[in-house]
Amino acid sequence: MSVRQLAKEQPDSFSFKPEYAERAKRIIAKYPAGRQASAVMPLLDLAQRQEGWVTKPAIGVIAQMLNMASIRVLEVATFYTMFELHPVGKHHIQVCTNLPCQLRGSDAVVHACKEKLGIGLGERTADGQFSLMEVECAGACVNAPMAQIGDDYFEDVDATSMRKIIDALKRGEKPKAGPQNGRVHSAPLGNFTSLTDEPKPAPMQDMAAAKAAFEKAKADAAAKAAAPKT
Amino acid sequence: MTKLTIDGQQVEVPANTTIIQAAELAGVEIPRFCYHERLSIAGNCRMCLVEVEKSPKPVASCAMPVAEGMVVHTRSDKANKARNGVMEFLLINHPLDCPICDQGGECDLQDQAMAYGSDRGRYEENKRAVKDKNMGPLVSTIMTRCIHCTRCVRFATEVAGVQELGATGRGEDMEITTYLEKALTSELSGNVVDLCPVGALTSKPYAFSARPWELRKTESIDVMDALGSAVRIDARGREVMRVLPRLNETVNEEWLSDKARHACDGLQYQRLDKPYVRGANGKLKEATWAEAFAAIGAKLKNVAGPKVAALSGDLVDAESMFALKQLMTSLGSANIDCRQDGAAVNPAVRASYLFNSGIAGIEEADAILIVGSDPRREAPVLNARIRKRYLRGNVQIGVIGDALDLTYKYQHLANRADALSKIADGSHAFAQTLKNAKKPMIILGMAVLSRADGAAILAAARQVADTCGLVKDGWNGFNVLHTAAGRVGGLDVGFAPGAGGKDTRGILDSAAKGEIEVVYLLGADEIDTAKLGKAFVIYQGHHGDRGAHRADVVLPGAAYTEKSGTYVNTEGRVQRAERAVFPPGDAREDWAIVRALSDVLGKKLPFDSLDQLRAAMRVANPIFAALDSVTKAMWSPFGTAGSIAATGFDYPIKNYYMTDSISRASRTMAQCTEEFVMGGKARTGTHG
Repeated sequence: MSVRQLAKEQPDSFSFKPEYAERAKRIIAKYPAGRQASAVMPLLDLAQRQEGWVTKPAIGVIAQMLNMASIRVLEVATFYTMFELHPVGKHHIQVCTNLPCQLRGSDAVVHACKEKLGIGLGERTADGQFSLMEVECAGACVNAPMAQIGDDYFEDVDATSMRKIIDALKRGEKPKAGPQNGRVHSAPLGNFTSLTDEPKPAPMQDMAAAKAAFEKAKADAAAKAAAPKT
Repeated sequence: MTKLTIDGQQVEVPANTTIIQAAELAGVEIPRFCYHERLSIAGNCRMCLVEVEKSPKPVASCAMPVAEGMVVHTRSDKANKARNGVMEFLLINHPLDCPICDQGGECDLQDQAMAYGSDRGRYEENKRAVKDKNMGPLVSTIMTRCIHCTRCVRFATEVAGVQELGATGRGEDMEITTYLEKALTSELSGNVVDLCPVGALTSKPYAFSARPWELRKTESIDVMDALGSAVRIDARGREVMRVLPRLNETVNEEWLSDKARHACDGLQYQRLDKPYVRGANGKLKEATWAEAFAAIGAKLKNVAGPKVAALSGDLVDAESMFALKQLMTSLGSANIDCRQDGAAVNPAVRASYLFNSGIAGIEEADAILIVGSDPRREAPVLNARIRKRYLRGNVQIGVIGDALDLTYKYQHLANRADALSKIADGSHAFAQTLKNAKKPMIILGMAVLSRADGAAILAAARQVADTCGLVKDGWNGFNVLHTAAGRVGGLDVGFAPGAGGKDTRGILDSAAKGEIEVVYLLGADEIDTAKLGKAFVIYQGHHGDRGAHRADVVLPGAAYTEKSGTYVNTEGRVQRAERAVFPPGDAREDWAIVRALSDVLGKKLPFDSLDQLRAAMRVANPIFAALDSVTKAMWSPFGTAGSIAATGFDYPIKNYYMTDSISRASRTMAQCTEEFVMGGKARTGTHG
């Protein structure tokens, strides 16, 4: 991770489109009077959804809406890495390269993306359609390796499936999110490898035998205590 | 009360204290960087770790409240080891450039590293480097040195009330910055330099100019506003290098306004270091003291007493005004005034011109009515005190005047002065607020009193004080906020028109008409010198400013850092400024100039030393005997009822950074003016 700063080139202005303004109003209304500043994160997210990234004028507008100082909004926007401070592509590809994903071949996925899109990590294609980024653990290790595109997780990807996803996106299709190798959620690929039999009831304990053993031990102890000391 | 043991010592402290505060009460010092008793608790530097018995880990003592029976060890091996570890981590990203750092010699990190640091580092990776930020003309930043204590952020947010500083990013990439790197728009911004425990924020005007151990330190009083903040003047040779605040809980706590701190370079420029006499060609010509006095003597010989007048300025000490008053009396003139702006206070009634509740009294007030005052610019440190009161809650603040940004919320009652009479007769809702309050106060600014109907407004304010219960047992909430450091002292020595004498307006009108032939300006620069007409003007002061330009004879005096002088602050506290350096060239202490002149004029004043003068002053007004304390004023009648014009106020301070002859000569203040007042508009292509 590097120092997060506002982008050099910024649009002149920002305003929420009517449908986003409506959602912002609903979000702000959730918080009690005088605590509107609590809505800063959802509003930044809303601005990012509208513009694709968090712009400087957006920070000013949100600060004004929530009656906060601009620096306070900037602090939040720079603290959380999921707020994009630079323009990203329409399809923002975030490949996880943390340990589990790397062990399962995320390097090949990254390489495939670079090759297919002709851009490096942290860059955007000239047509503004794609941008590529490596991210820290996105919490889908059981389906490693994975990449997040927009709001969707694409799991169990490899170089081939990643190329297919990018091709589909280029054609304007909406590729199916989730595991790309036929897995259902995080269930194993193919047949089950464990718990394959019908579950059997747990064996019942023989209470009568247990009671007999207990009584015998008790009697032995009593006999031993009663025996004259030698 | 809670009992606990600190380093084997039993202490009993109030239940809501933290361990670090309890240790301070017990006389045990705990190292710290982020903790500051006047700011909120952050708990992020971890330097104050202590061992608490039955606690599995070392505890941050600044953030941990005390508990009954707690056993704290501040110097155990465990505590020391924890601090050594913290110090090692802090030094990982600290550049260790002490030899080129301005903080060197007075650096908390340097001092504490001597106790807890290792003599070598184990860190072999690259250190981080941080881009320096722009924080305006007063604060210089070397952000690589920052240890992220966030004291500056908390100061700006809480005390100064400008939410402009913040910490962006996170973890190793955290950086302290202003929003979009704009200059910090606070009149208290210089204090972040004092608060910074390392050399990340240092004073820009003072950069690379001196080391703390080569400075001569003089404890003195500031005169840039009427608060009389306690300062320490650091000088090297004949030059004042910097001015720092001293602790005075009743006046400035430990803050200092930017003008008081940074106008000191103005003491080097535009100085009057020789007497001057206006020659036959109309130009001022260098002269000796004897020639200057002879010129005055020759003129005064043919002028009757009532045709002589004297005005004193805002930075003048009580002693020289006392001496000049005696001289004027012996010349037979009652035309003297220390109110250059014509403020309509009653010189005979001390309560009419004091901040009676005291500056610390603001913290007890629960309703504050500010009339025609802009405390943020007229007395920034006092404004911070009002903000402190505001942040504690349960206070009603009302303002009559312009809706200025005072850094706290208030009810804007009216723009125009006549609203005060509505409060006085009880027809305004705020009158009820004042009546319901336990300790209500009114603050009158100079914009009120210097109006033509100032006396009527003063009377209305007096009526508010009486009808709304501002004055009761042990509480006097009638407050006048002065802008001039010498004003209250001048009124206390009686430098005001005597029987049949003229006040400032009268003197200027008469001089314009030619009725007054000689005007003695004692450091008076804030008057319209064009109105002096054809009068013979004697200017005594330290800077070649407006008064000196008009003068026929110039007598070079001493600035506040160059003489021992008594000043009385706006609440009536008698304080003494001490000499840190000698006046330049032929300039002399002001009282001595008046004394020497009196000899030449054949009206020899009855004192030969400053001690004798002060003894005479104590006899004339006993309040001068009680140094560093406030003598409460009697609540006697004052004010002249009259009609109040329904107009707004003309605030005396248009440009906070240039209000007197010293700050007008200061280059630092000129930079501030350009940056903050002119909005950087003066910048052209030739500026960096």
